Amino acid sequence: MPSFLTPDPGLLFWMLIAFLVVFVLLAKYGFPIITGMVEKRKQYIDESLASAREANEKLANIKAECQSLLQEAQARQSQILSEATQTSNQIVADAKDKAQEEAARIIQDARRQIQAESERAQREIRSQVADLSIQVASKILSRELKHQDEQERWIDQVLSQIE
Amino acid sequence: MNCQKNNILCLIVAVLMLALSLPVHASEGGDGKIDVQEIVMGHTGDSHEWHITTINGHHISIPLPVIIMDNSGTWHCFSSSRFHETEGGKYNGFFIPAEGENNGKVCEIINGKEQKVKIDISLTKNVVQLWIIVLLMLFIFIGCARWYRNKKADDDAPKGFVGFIEMFVMMVNDDIIKACIGEKHYRRYAPYLLTAFFFIFLSNLIGLVPIFPGGANLTGNLAVTLVLALFTFLAINIFGNKEYWLDIFWPKVPVWLKCPVPMMPVIELFGIFTKPFALMVRLFANIFAGHAIVLSLTCVIFITCQLGAAIGAGLSTVSVVMMIFMDCLELLVAFIQAYVFTMLSAVFIGLAHQEEHEE
Repeated sequence: MPSFLTPDPGLLFWMLIAFLVVFVLLAKYGFPIITGMVEKRKQYIDESLASAREANEKLANIKAECQSLLQEAQARQSQILSEATQTSNQIVADAKDKAQEEAARIIQDARRQIQAESERAQREIRSQVADLSIQVASKILSRELKHQDEQERWIDQVLSQIE
Repeated sequence: MNCQKNNILCLIVAVLMLALSLPVHASEGGDGKIDVQEIVMGHTGDSHEWHITTINGHHISIPLPVIIMDNSGTWHCFSSSRFHETEGGKYNGFFIPAEGENNGKVCEIINGKEQKVKIDISLTKNVVQLWIIVLLMLFIFIGCARWYRNKKADDDAPKGFVGFIEMFVMMVNDDIIKACIGEKHYRRYAPYLLTAFFFIFLSNLIGLVPIFPGGANLTGNLAVTLVLALFTFLAINIFGNKEYWLDIFWPKVPVWLKCPVPMMPVIELFGIFTKPFALMVRLFANIFAGHAIVLSLTCVIFITCQLGAAIGAGLSTVSVVMMIFMDCLELLVAFIQAYVFTMLSAVFIGLAHQEEHEE
């Protein structure tokens, strides 16, 4: 058999030792550290991507929330505005009503007072007229009583006229 | 940019020719003939010294320590340069025969007969290359892992070299290991498969560098791939679950295939060993063949140059172009073989972790 087909025991021995040495050292201090670090980095990148996605989602949520808040505020604003308009209208209407009522009352009072005044004035006039008429009558009577029968006739006449 | 590319190309050609041409002089025999087989086998095999170049017939090589136990049971440790100190290449009774059955192995003479030493754990070229790769791997990956100290998950990702290594590791981890074993079980095997991938890949690449500190044919050596396949074998079978063993000893086939004569169980049992065996041979054969082809193409230059200047120049040009092509192809193969070994190991491990059969 050619020499290159028979493994040399010396080289076999050294190869066994050398390969074991390099394997043990690299298995302990070499490859696991490199692959471990790369895996850790991969994990970190994955986590970062996940958290970025989450943050994006959160941002989108916040935006949507803002939008809805804004819409709500706008709705509320218009509602408040319309309510205020309504209230002011109401107040104006109420005031108008009240004023009209007051005016009506004042006018009525005035009318009543005027009526009372006029009645009083009538009464006064009447009493004055009565006094005057009595005075006139008495004066007339004092002059006319001399004619008894004529007077009586006249009194009758007056009485009939009055009645 | 284009000019720079051309310069680099020239440099590559020059280096290739230089690095691969020098050993050829050494192999030229007295008659000036070139022994292609010796060159190819010498460069794809192992040696007790790291040959760099030969200048004027004088070898320049890095001597490596020889650690042996002789046949009487005593340990010896000396530099391989001692072999060159004496005329016959002998030191202390030990020598390295250049040919014959024990070619390249440390031998001694016992009872007048050439015999291999009992145990040879010398730091040969491949062993030194092996440790260079181990140190390089530790430097690269522990260095990168240290970068992560005091770093938190929300820090910036690494840039530059650490970023590149991280990307490469995660590519192997996610696309090969996780994809083939499955999300549930892959964590336990990832360190082994990553180590195997980068060990094979780096060995393949450094094996393509023609000069020191590269050039040894490590993954094209059966001993190396044998150990890698052994680890895969252990990884598959130690943690295999109940379904895996049931599938081997009582597979879901008609009863007559398994009852009186256990035909399927025997085939399945055989399969346990053939799977890692195939891994071992595939890696070895691919890298060995790649090195052998590049070396053979280099030899073409020197053989044709002996035939004549004109033929030599023509065929050498073709050979250099082919060599560049082969080296580029080998770069691709370096990655593909590491990928295939890791992927098949992961697939086999995944098969040992099957959940209930889906009919």
